[in-house]
Amino acid sequence: MTSQVSRTAEQADEAVVGEQRKPTGAKDVRRLDRVIIRFAGDSGDGMQLTGDRFTSETASFGNDLSTLPNFPAEIRAPAGTLPGVSSFQLHFADHDILTPGDAPNVLVAMNPAALKANIADVPRGAEIIVNTDEFTKRALQKVGYAASPLEDGSLDGYSLHEVPLTTLTVEALKEFDLSRKEAERSKNMFALGLLSWMYHRPTEGTEKFLRTKFAKKPEIAEANLAAFRAGWNFGETTEDFAVSYEVAPAATAFPPGLYRNISGNLALAYGLIAAARQADLPLFLGSYPITPASDILHELSRHKNFGVRTFQAEDEIAGIGAALGAAFGGSLGVTTTSGPGVALKSETIGLAVSLELPLLVIDIQRGGPSTGLPTKTEQADLLQAMFGRNGEAPVPVIAPRTPADCFEAALEAARIALTYRTPVFLLSDGYLANGSEPWRIPETDELPDLTVQFAQGPNHTLDDGTEVFWPYKRDPQTLARPWAIPGTPGLEHRIGGIEKEDGTGNISYSPANHDFMVRTRQAKIDGIDVPDLEVDDPHGASTLVLGWGSTYGPITAAVRRLRGAGEAIAQAHLRHLNPFPKNLGAVLKRYDKVVIPEMNLGQLATLVRAKYLVDAHSYNQVNGMPFKAEQLATALKEAIDG
Amino acid sequence: MAETSTEGTDTIEALSLVPKAEGRQSMKDFKSDQEVRWCPGCGDYAILAAVQGFMPELGLAKENVVFVSGIGCSSRFPYYMNTYGMHSIHGRAPAIATGLASSRRDLSVWVVTGDGDALSIGGNHLIHALRRNVNLKILLFNNRIYGLTKGQYSPTSEVGKITKSTPMGSLDAPFNPVSLAIGAEASFVARTIDSDRKHLTEVLRQAAAHPGTALIEIYQNCNIFNDGAFEALKDRQQAEEAVIRLEHGKPIRFGADGSRGVVRDVATGDLKVVTVTPENESQILVHDAHAASPTTAFALSRLADPDTLHHTPIGILRSVDRPVYDTQMSDQLDTAIEQNGKGELAALLAGGDTWTVVG
Repeated sequence: MTSQVSRTAEQADEAVVGEQRKPTGAKDVRRLDRVIIRFAGDSGDGMQLTGDRFTSETASFGNDLSTLPNFPAEIRAPAGTLPGVSSFQLHFADHDILTPGDAPNVLVAMNPAALKANIADVPRGAEIIVNTDEFTKRALQKVGYAASPLEDGSLDGYSLHEVPLTTLTVEALKEFDLSRKEAERSKNMFALGLLSWMYHRPTEGTEKFLRTKFAKKPEIAEANLAAFRAGWNFGETTEDFAVSYEVAPAATAFPPGLYRNISGNLALAYGLIAAARQADLPLFLGSYPITPASDILHELSRHKNFGVRTFQAEDEIAGIGAALGAAFGGSLGVTTTSGPGVALKSETIGLAVSLELPLLVIDIQRGGPSTGLPTKTEQADLLQAMFGRNGEAPVPVIAPRTPADCFEAALEAARIALTYRTPVFLLSDGYLANGSEPWRIPETDELPDLTVQFAQGPNHTLDDGTEVFWPYKRDPQTLARPWAIPGTPGLEHRIGGIEKEDGTGNISYSPANHDFMVRTRQAKIDGIDVPDLEVDDPHGASTLVLGWGSTYGPITAAVRRLRGAGEAIAQAHLRHLNPFPKNLGAVLKRYDKVVIPEMNLGQLATLVRAKYLVDAHSYNQVNGMPFKAEQLATALKEAIDG
Repeated sequence: MAETSTEGTDTIEALSLVPKAEGRQSMKDFKSDQEVRWCPGCGDYAILAAVQGFMPELGLAKENVVFVSGIGCSSRFPYYMNTYGMHSIHGRAPAIATGLASSRRDLSVWVVTGDGDALSIGGNHLIHALRRNVNLKILLFNNRIYGLTKGQYSPTSEVGKITKSTPMGSLDAPFNPVSLAIGAEASFVARTIDSDRKHLTEVLRQAAAHPGTALIEIYQNCNIFNDGAFEALKDRQQAEEAVIRLEHGKPIRFGADGSRGVVRDVATGDLKVVTVTPENESQILVHDAHAASPTTAFALSRLADPDTLHHTPIGILRSVDRPVYDTQMSDQLDTAIEQNGKGELAALLAGGDTWTVVG
């Protein structure tokens, strides 16, 4: 997959849904089935905002889409340097797509650093739009260009558009009472306007957005709007851009319904609010800021009118501690973090295992170990979630597969926590957190019923006939213990991290009781009701590719490619990592080969091999980026042939 | 002490949301069926008895009372109270209690902790609970030693303390918990002694009535690993010179017949102890626990000699009104509903730019 797939040139005579500005029709319009655009610039150039806006325009137009923001951990790395480059890749199509795309068809490079940092990913034949104003001798030298790549022939074979974006923006804003520096800041909106013209994006959303964002600074709002329109008009009039493109809405790719674009962290925040509503419990979030999880804290803190309490704690330990305290009091307790935070929370997760209280531990995984790659993605916390505690401390683990799926994953995590009175890990990652895709908004009456029954009275009769409350007397089906919250008369009881006697919950150091309690806690988690694993295997393949979490998109895209090329391959994707679906062992044994691609060094493979004695083959990547479909397809082909 | 509030909880604003007990309560109502397992002679027994004896006075529904503790000898306390309770993990009780108290304003939440639990492993949570002013009552049992791990020096042990882990003497300068709490913006700070039940009870009474976080340092004797640590404050003769009993609105005098007093050093602004004379009597500092500035309370806390404990103030050093965290958190929820209406999930999910796909 390299260049844009163009079909017969058609005049844009059909009304385009939702479009406000329309090309005049003086230029050629080509229809494409999909496009991958990457915006790249300095951290301060507003590339994430530009990408977000283009995404919103694209979503409201009805294309399927998938995004990949990629930015440095530094807020403002030195300007014009390679480490300071921030990019946003967007894949959109007239059909259902699964990934942000492997290789851009269009690269927008706001400076030489952005060009240099991204050119290796861009295949010949692609379009490159550069801001020539930034290609000064000094800027070129800063990133090690001996000669300008615009002149030395190194970009031969690309369709290069040299646009003095800064100059054009400043010129367009000369009527405004702005300094040159202030005017220059709008160059991302000029670029957005140009790309919006090129791809016939509806513009009203961006115009409304700018007016709202700068409501208190109408002058700045108008300047940005002027730059945006100037970019559009530039595309319309300049001869350099002879062609514009249409990508039709992906109407047939989606089931009917109301849609919006949503990122993983937003979907997760909404899922938590929905879970609390479905459980009829107040939501309490205890959290400490950490990339890439902080946006969940930000989002939930905006929804206090849902009875959501958000507590920014003094540290990760206090974040989960407060959430556990709230859970003791009858809230849906949640803590959100990333890998390093999980490490700090381990002891409290162990306490929650011992107390057998519901608690959600949301881990937005990032590159590790230690501080690692804070803004990049990885799946290397699976074993930490499984085993990162002292003693035998089993915790259910689930993982969403796409950004929008984070919503349902949150509900499922809450279901398990509330039903089984246990902490539950939800493993999202940086790619899901910041990436986005269209989401069919569920009807609220479609959501699962998560209501819980607090203990109301005695649950045990002593030999002498006395009715008493035993905090560790279990439900025979789920093995869950009663949740008796303070304020309930007659059920006063004490719980703690010391081993408890079965039933009474009193402190017990009895060897036999400890053995029994360890096994019972394990049995409770092992017995969690988990749906069977579904296998997609239309051709009776002998090789199975098994994944979990955010690799769903790339794996599925790779599987489609292989099947398109006539290969038979089966695919299954795990939501539940602990316990595994009951049919997983049988599924694995049906295949000659099992391949497990992971963004770690083989953590799921380790679990699968240990539990099922299956010679699962690992395919690993830990470069902070999601798999590319082409690369995975090649690896899977080798596995099939090997 | 000057102020008491024994008229019952109806008049205590800090407890106004906590349901009241239906009948009269007695100490027995607050004793759990668990066998108390502290060492015989431990100061913890006296504190437990004082707390169990005091709780009926509050008249709260005991199901709305929660004791949360960390780890250490003192942290076994919740097991012995017939209320709700959680024996958590080392140092984290203030964090756990913060989540509970800020989500359940109908509860009276007490934290029981020790000098190692609160000031060493849990120091961070303690100072942040104090600055937030969550509605918690923190009982800090200070025995200046690690008991449960069998006798290592603690963050309140005196410099040079010989223990199992410091055979040549400890090098750490100790914390003064009261100074620390005042420095951490605490709105209520008091100190009392395990063996002085009357004083201890009065401090509990004042703490219970305080809206926000109350820190009560309780000097507690560990008769196994640090016996007699507070003897200077307990021996009647020594105590005359050692103990400064603070009472709000009263001149700060102590010693035999009140022969000693605390005055402000005009040159430095610091406090010092003087022998009271007719000439200086008018300059004796009058204790103001409600002073807006913590400066004088801090200076009082510094009078104590960490080695001899001479000039140790006990009583309520500071008690000021400050916005209470859980009240404000709750107010924000109300304000959000006032401003935006009660949250509607369907409207939230469909917010932002949407489009419809027709089948």
